[in-house]
Amino acid sequence: MSVDLATQTTEHDGHPDPSVMRKVAMWVFLGSECLFFGTLISTFLLYRTRTGDGPTAEEIFDIPFTSASSFILLMSSLTMVLAHHAWERRDARQMRVWLYATALLGMVFLAGQVFEFTEFVHEGLTVSSSPFGSSFYILTSFHGAHVAVGVIMLLATAFMSAGGKLREDEGMNVELVGLYWHFVDIVWIVIFTVVYLLQV
Amino acid sequence: MTAEATHHRPHPTPRDYWVIAFILAVITAVEVAVAYIDALDFMIAPLLIVLSAAKFVIVVGWFMHLRYEAPIYRNLFLIGIISTPILFAAVLFTFGVLIGN
Repeated sequence: MSVDLATQTTEHDGHPDPSVMRKVAMWVFLGSECLFFGTLISTFLLYRTRTGDGPTAEEIFDIPFTSASSFILLMSSLTMVLAHHAWERRDARQMRVWLYATALLGMVFLAGQVFEFTEFVHEGLTVSSSPFGSSFYILTSFHGAHVAVGVIMLLATAFMSAGGKLREDEGMNVELVGLYWHFVDIVWIVIFTVVYLLQV
Repeated sequence: MTAEATHHRPHPTPRDYWVIAFILAVITAVEVAVAYIDALDFMIAPLLIVLSAAKFVIVVGWFMHLRYEAPIYRNLFLIGIISTPILFAAVLFTFGVLIGN
């Protein structure tokens, strides 16, 4: 590992480039997030059949609706990568357009999640109704919280760019926000399959 | 593949990204269809896991550019990816078998 880092030095007197170190930190963070969500998903799998008197997954999950939400989040990864590509071409205006589009898709996904949760509560699945409900809400809410943080990061980056506060040498900010956003997407890919599709 | 070669692999173009997104959308549609086809019930779990893994790899490899990056980034992420199923198995075994949840 140290050899690789040493090869990525720039003009900073042989010290690793700070932007490279930030990227390393982001990948370490994302690796640790895998464990975090892995724990939540395995907890859900343990309790998925313990529904008590509450509704089961098969009774309440609306797969077509969640599929549409998943599609929206997947497409937000496309808009994010296009924002990053625009930044690489130094096209700040185009980058902001794609960042706003990504944030909008993220907000639509979150709105869908709020709608879904509301429906579930009306049908009797609450965080305290059963171990299934608790593990489901904790897992999906933590993911939703990550999406919300991602939306804030996207909007902050776009606003900084619009205000001229994102310098050309700060392109790493866009890349790091992109990595975080794509990670949120891949976590949902797993949740959609394990929590929704495999339970119906 | 050496780090040098990895660095010089050309990045996808916007057109490539649209094609990749289309492939992801198709895989998602297939996943949903598979979940509803009764004839595939006997192999639904492995099928869905394979399709989900394909989407995972495509997003990580192309959208996150991991296949174009220096090996250090890939290795750091792989530590998390490889540790997760181990943790997964440990949690399921401990609470599902030993404690009997």
